[in-house]
Amino acid sequence: MNPQQYTYSEDNLVNSEPNKFDAAKLKSEEMIINLGPQHPSTHGVLRLEVLSDGEIIKEVVPHIGYLHRCFEKHAEQLPYNQIIPFVDRMDYLASMNSEHAYAMGVEKMLGITGQIPKRVEYIRVLVAEMNRIASHLIAVGAFGLDLGAFTPFFWIMRDREHILRLLEWASGARMLYNYIWVGGLFYDLPVGFEQRCREFITYFRPKAIELEQLLVDNKIFIDRTANVGVLPLNLAINSGATGPMLRGSGLRFDLRKVDGYSVYPELDFDIPVGEGKMGAVGDCWDRTWVRVREIHESLNIMQQCIDKLEGEHRRTRDFDPQAIVPKKIRPQVQEIYVRAENPKGELGFYFRADGKSDIPFRCKVRACSFVNLSILPELCRGVLIADLIAILGSIDIVLGEVDR
Amino acid sequence: MDNAGLTACVQRLAGKAEEIKNALPLSLVIEASSLVDVCEGLHKNPETYFDMLTCITGVDNGPEAGTMEVIYHFYSIPFNHALMLKVVLPRENAEVESVTAIWKSANWLEREVFDMFGINFKNHPDLRRILMPADWVGYPLRKDYEHEESYRGIKID
Repeated sequence: MNPQQYTYSEDNLVNSEPNKFDAAKLKSEEMIINLGPQHPSTHGVLRLEVLSDGEIIKEVVPHIGYLHRCFEKHAEQLPYNQIIPFVDRMDYLASMNSEHAYAMGVEKMLGITGQIPKRVEYIRVLVAEMNRIASHLIAVGAFGLDLGAFTPFFWIMRDREHILRLLEWASGARMLYNYIWVGGLFYDLPVGFEQRCREFITYFRPKAIELEQLLVDNKIFIDRTANVGVLPLNLAINSGATGPMLRGSGLRFDLRKVDGYSVYPELDFDIPVGEGKMGAVGDCWDRTWVRVREIHESLNIMQQCIDKLEGEHRRTRDFDPQAIVPKKIRPQVQEIYVRAENPKGELGFYFRADGKSDIPFRCKVRACSFVNLSILPELCRGVLIADLIAILGSIDIVLGEVDR
Repeated sequence: MDNAGLTACVQRLAGKAEEIKNALPLSLVIEASSLVDVCEGLHKNPETYFDMLTCITGVDNGPEAGTMEVIYHFYSIPFNHALMLKVVLPRENAEVESVTAIWKSANWLEREVFDMFGINFKNHPDLRRILMPADWVGYPLRKDYEHEESYRGIKID
């Protein structure tokens, strides 16, 4: 028998995360509703404390931290290259994008940004865009599920599985890849990968349109999301919203264009923004529509990357994706903030290196879901409880990244 | 505005601003007492217009150095320039003015720094722990942090 790890005591039953509002001090009409942390439409272990007057919400207080895994503390005790698997586990729906951002940051510190072979860069962008599609599919499908549309969720899961299988073929893992390394890649793409990607694009283009017709153009969906949770542009910027949240509010701002990192300047793609087609600019429908349009743009980027990977930067016998992967990563004394466009917004890394060790002195993550979620109380004042679920779903959070 | 212009602007607002070598983007150290004035100036000045507070980072320099730092990462969307503004605080009773009145994004970011480092943000509307449980002892990201033996009867390894 295992030794007993846990014994009963009165103290164990005390609420470690107390409510902000005191039930004894409520007015006669008010009530506190607790939502989560084990509620399916909170997309993970998010707890919302809702102070409501009947159906109308007065105040929402998110309680987070149920999935806190001490990323920043771990990062202060590990060499740079060993942090990458931990980076995967933050935003587990878009690991490739996070890895890409992290690897770029460390490469910038080492000063090898310009030396990365073009083939490596194109492979990185290809897999990152595939993962962006997968992440947006989950965002759109799970949002539909929150609003009671069951079918789209199964459809997106079916199509997403194709992407995950392709990425598994390339990296060996289904969701947490550890594929993009500092200075290169774990492996080159498997033989025949490009052809399979082409097949996927051909298969998926009509499916994406089908998804749009089934969910986004659906009358019930429009009724539930148009003019709900309107985020004005000035509030979006002031609260630090990024990604589809900011673009849904009508600003054409995408770090892939603004910063032009990696090989994105060589690729041709559009940035969709919310136009208020069904209601006000910046409502839940606009945010979802931006995501659906971005899926199409990502398919275009994939197509261009595959063309390059089969043409100009094709596979050669002597190509080694680990050719300039540094054996020892010891950056000079410096501090740096790097950022990249993740499916959910701006993912930023702040590094401080002391120049004496292979371990970062401080590694801070600017998590896009965390900042985007902090707008929720602003958006939810005075709306119905049913709309709270719609607003939360349209923000598209991943609790792994909120809590880190 | 280029780096020299930004430095001059911050120097004018803060009285004194020291530039950090080997930092990207531009990083300036100012006195903690002048923080809110500088932030307000940078936010309102039509030539700098830092409309976005992207991130707030806390750094503990360790018990030997005896200091902690709070780093504010600003970004201006219309001008596409970025700035890191830094205040250095003592490790004991670290305290700095909150900037939530200027940028709403500061709310949760400051709460996170408070949670991890125990830096007190004056005039913050809702300064509670955010990632750790409310009754957690200690500030985990301090360099000399040692965790408790157990938390509510659960052993911590």
